[in-house]
Amino acid sequence: MLTEANSHQPIGKSQILEWLQAVKDPEIPTISLIDLGVVRGVEVDAVTGKVSVHLTPTFAGCPAMDYMKRDVERALLAHGVPAVEVEISMREAWTSDMLTEAGRQALRQHKLSPPPVIGNQVFDLDFLEYAECPNCHGNNTELRTPFGATLCRAVHYCNDCRQLFEQFKPV
Amino acid sequence: MNPTLDLLYRLADDQLILGHRNSEWNGLGPILEEDIAFSSMAQDKLGHSLQLYSLLRALGEAEPDTVAFTRNAPQFHCCQLVELPIGEYDFSLTRHFLFDHAELLRFEALATSSYEPLAQVARKLRGELKYHALHANTWMKRLGTATDEAIERMQRSLDFTLPYALGIFEKTDAEAEIISSGLFVGEDELRGRWLESISKVLAQTALEVPDVLALTPVMGGRYGQHTEHLQPLLDEMAEVFRLDPTADW
Ligand SMILES: [Zn+2]
Repeated sequence: MLTEANSHQPIGKSQILEWLQAVKDPEIPTISLIDLGVVRGVEVDAVTGKVSVHLTPTFAGCPAMDYMKRDVERALLAHGVPAVEVEISMREAWTSDMLTEAGRQALRQHKLSPPPVIGNQVFDLDFLEYAECPNCHGNNTELRTPFGATLCRAVHYCNDCRQLFEQFKPV
Repeated sequence: MNPTLDLLYRLADDQLILGHRNSEWNGLGPILEEDIAFSSMAQDKLGHSLQLYSLLRALGEAEPDTVAFTRNAPQFHCCQLVELPIGEYDFSLTRHFLFDHAELLRFEALATSSYEPLAQVARKLRGELKYHALHANTWMKRLGTATDEAIERMQRSLDFTLPYALGIFEKTDAEAEIISSGLFVGEDELRGRWLESISKVLAQTALEVPDVLALTPVMGGRYGQHTEHLQPLLDEMAEVFRLDPTADW
């Protein structure tokens, strides 16, 4: 790290992405911002070495965005990046399909059911009621409320396990 | 007013005012689940209004905070439906149902707006608004098929709220240009889609739907004519803002 920061060569993009893997969601500490899909672009200025990171919110009213921005800045500056600029925009609106497979696994670790992949299917209201039980992995479940502890979570009930569970909402 | 500004102010003001009304349910919901639902929807709507005020900022209007917290009622372009006090739960639910169906369809249409920055925001917001519509449908169906007393209360709320809901679709002088420039499909088209959408849900309840288009809409909001309820709400919002200008929305 020190050698890179001390040299006058700008740091490579793949290195930045690797460092960003260590920056986790402030509300779900098992998932990185990269695997959450909110990092939509990274650019390194070839002359100044300044790094620009483009973030997009999972939900428009997400209160964690300011923390994510701060955490990205801190992490990169700590690695010796000379300057960091974080832009938050909806140029590429986040959808739950932007979660990576590792991200889905990280949600499961946090006892959150990952959202179903939407792909080319019609994303109608019925879709929102589908969830996979994080316990038995079955789908004999029903939506209890689309509004859970945070904007990105819904609460479902598994009829087989007879218990409530939280889902990271498809959107 | 320039058609883009005209449209954005209406969209943003609706979201801001209903967001604040929804937040008044904090701690008052009939059950904890509903308390959380209205708080979440409030948070979504305030987030949506901030996005829309930011689009206005990019077009040269004042900062979002200034626009949201320093104007008076005659300068607001929200429909009167959103400014009414929260009342009883059955009114708030009915308003939420009627408004959010219109809002979901509106943002689905705006996703292909000729004004690309708005289309981008709309593509984001429409996904979130699906949850608002879903929530409203669930409770309309639940209460609209429950006890006689519940059905009667919901019917009264529906009859009271529908004329205000028609005010959502009040047109401004910019309407013709909004449609011809491809900014938006227009209020008449939206009202048709909305009526179809709410009718489908109401048909699954014991509620009677009057001849909606024969009702007299409550208009004026889009031109700054408001009920006596808006200014006190704005005063309260401004006071919180003055006490702590850095507070989150
Ligand atoms: Zn289960």
